[in-house]
Amino acid sequence: MDLTVTNLACARGGVTVLERVSFGLSGGAALILRGPNGIGKTTLLRTVAGLQPAVAGEISMPPEAVAYAAHADGLKATLTVAENLAFWAAIYGTDRAPHAIQRMNLAALADRQAQNLSAGQKRRLGLARLLVTGRPLWVLDEPTVSLDAASVALFAEAVRAHLAEGGAALMATHIDLGLAEAEVLDLAPYRAETPAGAEPADDPFAGVTA
Amino acid sequence: MIALLLRDLRLALRAGGGFGLGLAFFLLVAVLVPLGVGPEPATLAKIAPGILWVGALLACLLSLDRIFALDHEDGSLDLLATAPIPLEGVVAVKACAHWIVTGLPLTLVSPLLGLLMNLPAEGYPLLLASLAIGTPALSVIGTFGAALTVGLKRGGLLLSLLVLPLYVPTLVFGAEAVRRGALGMDVATPFLLLGGITAGVAALLPFASAAAVRINLR
Repeated sequence: MDLTVTNLACARGGVTVLERVSFGLSGGAALILRGPNGIGKTTLLRTVAGLQPAVAGEISMPPEAVAYAAHADGLKATLTVAENLAFWAAIYGTDRAPHAIQRMNLAALADRQAQNLSAGQKRRLGLARLLVTGRPLWVLDEPTVSLDAASVALFAEAVRAHLAEGGAALMATHIDLGLAEAEVLDLAPYRAETPAGAEPADDPFAGVTA
Repeated sequence: MIALLLRDLRLALRAGGGFGLGLAFFLLVAVLVPLGVGPEPATLAKIAPGILWVGALLACLLSLDRIFALDHEDGSLDLLATAPIPLEGVVAVKACAHWIVTGLPLTLVSPLLGLLMNLPAEGYPLLLASLAIGTPALSVIGTFGAALTVGLKRGGLLLSLLVLPLYVPTLVFGAEAVRRGALGMDVATPFLLLGGITAGVAALLPFASAAAVRINLR
């Protein structure tokens, strides 16, 4: 499991936000992305996950390696916790749903509908989905939003176990997870340089209002 | 893929899934038209094939925007796009689920409504057959329209405008098959064209829908 990103540039809404980003990540390692709001952390993660094309540069990794988790948890409100996880387990062809329920401390909630969970419980269920996928590279966007201290510790423990099994994690987060082994990448130096006031070149309406 | 189909069906049947919406609309159309047009049996028999087909088509249209909108809102669509099943398969399964939830029940209740519309006896098997063959095309084309408008807030109007012209051939040949059948004429031509449209869109449009979803996820 090796992820290599070389000279990557990625864009949000047609505007290049990050340029010349290069890093490597191998099995057993975690990389935490830092940077102010709007710098392009989510954009970078979506590009690595393959949800949007890179403007320039290369991403190399084994096929079907990524398990992606974003702000939205992808839960169905009228399905129970167990049904939500069983669905993703069937999609990924694994039988790890019971294991994930155990791991994220969801056993007591297994028969509750997702709409009756609190925000933090939903988040835990969303993260349990990662365990179900069995994919080696976790790409996580703000995974700890709305988690309490105990759940953050539970999540950090799950990440640590994932790394110990040879997996890797790439995440954007503002809080300290207490993962001593994780490296930190500050994205500020990679901010794309746009000339002052420049609009995207292909904007047909540029200058119309001037 | 089977898991996705079962999940979509289960979601449709649970509270707020919108299962009965299209069916209720179809029933209302068939009940209200005789009240509006008047009880003249000859008039009703004449317009029955067209009204039933238009009703089925509009009932299908009602639930189209739900095909991808809900999955897009809660993030499932992003996750499905990174899942091991191809997006072409995902959209094909979603079209199939939409047909089972709307097209199939519409087809099954249509003879009952034909009775309300005073459809001539020869028309019933043809009404069933033409809806069974034609409604899958409505779901597949509708899924394509939903894929084009996924991510747009209040995209329902745009979706209807995009999809309605594409529905016209299915409507024309479907209603024509029933009308000719009711008059005892040969129905082979409209049936073959109806089947051809369904087979063609089912083979081609999932690829177009998947491409549209990919672009809209960016």
